[in-house]
Amino acid sequence: MKKTIFSITAVAISTTMLISCGGAKKGGDSGGALSGKNAEKVYVAPGEYDEFYAFISGGFSGQLSVYGLPSGRLFKVIPVFSQDAEKAYGYNEETKPMLNTSYGFIPWDDAHHPDLSQTKGVIDGRWCFINGNNTPRIARIDLKTFETTEIIEIPNCAGNHSSSYVTDNTEYVIAGTRFSVPVPQKDMPISEYKGNFKGMLSFLKVDQETGEMDLSFQIMMPGFDYDKAHPGRGKSHGWFFFTTYNSEEAASLLEVNASQNDKDFIAAVNWKKAEEYIKEGKFKTMPAKYAHNIYDEGTQMATSTMEKDVKVLDPAECPGLVYFLPTPKSPHGCDVDPTGEYIVGSGKLSANVTAHSFTKMLDAIKNEKFSGEAYGIPIINFEDVLGGTVVQPGLGPLHTEFDNNGYGYTTFFISSEVVKWKVGTWEVVDRKPTYYSPGHLMIPGGNSQKPWGKYLLAMNKITKDRYLPTGPELCQSAQLYDITGEKMELLSDFPTIGEPHYAAGCPAELIQPNQQKIYKLEDNKHPYAAKSEKESRVERNGKDVHIYLTTIRSHFAPDNIEGVKVGDKVYFHVTNLEQDYDVPHGFAMIGANNSELLIMPGQTETLVWEPKQVGVWPFYCTDFCSALHQEMQGYIRVSPAGSSTALSWSLDGE
Amino acid sequence: MKTSKIIMIVAALLPLILFFLPMWTIQLSAPQYPDPLEMRIFITKIDGDLQSINLMNHYVGMKMIPETIPEFEFFPWIVGGMILLGVVIGLIGNRFLFLIWFWVSAILGCFGMYDFYKWEYDYGTSLNPKAAIKFMDEAGKLITYQPPLIGTQTILNFQATSLPAIGAYVLFLGMVLSIVAYWVGRYEAGHKFPPL
Repeated sequence: MKKTIFSITAVAISTTMLISCGGAKKGGDSGGALSGKNAEKVYVAPGEYDEFYAFISGGFSGQLSVYGLPSGRLFKVIPVFSQDAEKAYGYNEETKPMLNTSYGFIPWDDAHHPDLSQTKGVIDGRWCFINGNNTPRIARIDLKTFETTEIIEIPNCAGNHSSSYVTDNTEYVIAGTRFSVPVPQKDMPISEYKGNFKGMLSFLKVDQETGEMDLSFQIMMPGFDYDKAHPGRGKSHGWFFFTTYNSEEAASLLEVNASQNDKDFIAAVNWKKAEEYIKEGKFKTMPAKYAHNIYDEGTQMATSTMEKDVKVLDPAECPGLVYFLPTPKSPHGCDVDPTGEYIVGSGKLSANVTAHSFTKMLDAIKNEKFSGEAYGIPIINFEDVLGGTVVQPGLGPLHTEFDNNGYGYTTFFISSEVVKWKVGTWEVVDRKPTYYSPGHLMIPGGNSQKPWGKYLLAMNKITKDRYLPTGPELCQSAQLYDITGEKMELLSDFPTIGEPHYAAGCPAELIQPNQQKIYKLEDNKHPYAAKSEKESRVERNGKDVHIYLTTIRSHFAPDNIEGVKVGDKVYFHVTNLEQDYDVPHGFAMIGANNSELLIMPGQTETLVWEPKQVGVWPFYCTDFCSALHQEMQGYIRVSPAGSSTALSWSLDGE
Repeated sequence: MKTSKIIMIVAALLPLILFFLPMWTIQLSAPQYPDPLEMRIFITKIDGDLQSINLMNHYVGMKMIPETIPEFEFFPWIVGGMILLGVVIGLIGNRFLFLIWFWVSAILGCFGMYDFYKWEYDYGTSLNPKAAIKFMDEAGKLITYQPPLIGTQTILNFQATSLPAIGAYVLFLGMVLSIVAYWVGRYEAGHKFPPL
């Protein structure tokens, strides 16, 4: 106990010192030929393109942002788990079902780890997956449209943190629970945690054609915290690795009680074996309620289906399915090098970076070199699996990414630096400060078999004194390093949205050529679409009024609507008739308890408005669409409830 | 079969391509349109970015590019007739008839260009008096938006480029071949130096 307090104090002191040092040092960095040269390295001239896309999670903003590298320019914020009033995501009738869960509509989540789809261990630019941490969910973003097209909820889980990572051929996306919970949930004393709470690891099969995910099976693990995960690569393809902490199974004051064991584990899961067990029927079907939401590009509408059960494997009954690899004290990061040989676990409370050897692991399993077992899961002898140790490279190692030249790069949260080390010899080659407290780092393709080792992006939690202050709330930041040389070089830093938790990156050429420019009107299967001005109309169905509205530069059709009454529920179904790249139209209605709509060419979106006051009320286009954008407006007349004003609509009096 | 006959039949068949490929294109590029808007004219239809062009043009009161025009009714018959006529003439093998086919084609071609010009003129000059934007020239007259018959011209923020397309080139090649057929026919008849 005493020791813990001492170490916490030490950490606090060192953090403070490093921050003040960093501040003082900063002056020395600016100016001079060196930084001039670095400015050139990140300069992308007007009209030219960045070389890489970076998909940076927004952490507690629930979104995913798209940046260009090396410029650090922000291109788009893709709404995933949070409502976005700018794009009506989660506000319009089409996308509301995307945020449905077994708990009902949840308009927010904590988005952590984006990962790009791969083919043969190489990033292919088809989809981006990202996890929702709080209400366990995995989302899929289609990189043709940069839209969230699927969200699946993960049952029997809590704190969906060790996800979402994909296997070499995107066979599976995995989702591991950070918090263990009673499975199935029940009313029980928290003090009876040990032995009763369970941690679920979920495997979501991905359809190679559509990208659609299916919760294929779950593995019910002991009640540890499953923190981070990484699929095997190349030679270790077929395995998945998860770091654990709280192997003590504490339920209270974890900062102390989960920091007692000298070693926790990396859980090595043989998912090919799991597939066999599933085929053999060794699973238990458990009732489970979870939402599966899919956005259909044809109908342009999301549907939410509630699933009812899930197949669960118990590792104690499935020999060879899971092994524990002891790893020094509370490992956080779990990263596999591009060859698939080394599984790197950084003990955030240990000073060392530990690399397990996959070959040695297989050998130990074959020769049954076990030091014991936990809940029926064999524990491999630490010495028999250890591949190497980077000794004391810094304070608080977190995450490691790899380049294509056999080097690993690890972030150090407490000592605020990135350390470059050689895979195999474990010697430290270089270290560079970051400002400040980096969590993850990203090298484009750095978690795949083929990294593009040109840049390294460190994602930092603290930026005080780095930028103009903005009140108590300061931005977080990403810092770009050139890693083409023996020594790393800090090139630039740029602010990010929310918390830049983790990022995925790849060359722009993998994504750029496949971009969809418009939605074809003839493919629009939205049931409320009006595909020409002739089809625009207003229909009443009891108290529901459906307005089939069209937009084109620079008018709505119809633009005069009468016969709506107080107490009605008005559906504006707005179809953008444009078939021209980069010409969305917006739609905003005064007094709507809702957001605007932002409708892409060829798309239909629906806004619900419940008029509460008699009068004549305007609506207008919110996205500057043309020279006559300001004229793009219309009126809707609202009569008293029960009035006899006939339903009518017109454009230019016709 | 005599070479001249074969050449003539080939010449007559070449215009078949007009049923599949465009004979003229008009491209409109502007800073906001790095990929130019394009309109392709066939003998049976007009296609391309018509909706976008119409959207742009309605600000200055230009008419909508029609989905169909009366010419589409008889152009295919004329072209089809010329093909049939050319093949028959080729089979007959009279080289003077080859020349007549050439001249008829040339006259019809000129008529087509004239029709195209008239169409462009009407499209560019008869503007909706209620147009949102009215631009005047230095003399205070409403400017017109007639695209060039052939070549490039700046119209407001657009560069309008009007050029023959593959169909027209092939048609032209057919006409040249009919002359060649005439020459070859003349050579086959014993004339050593075909006159120009």
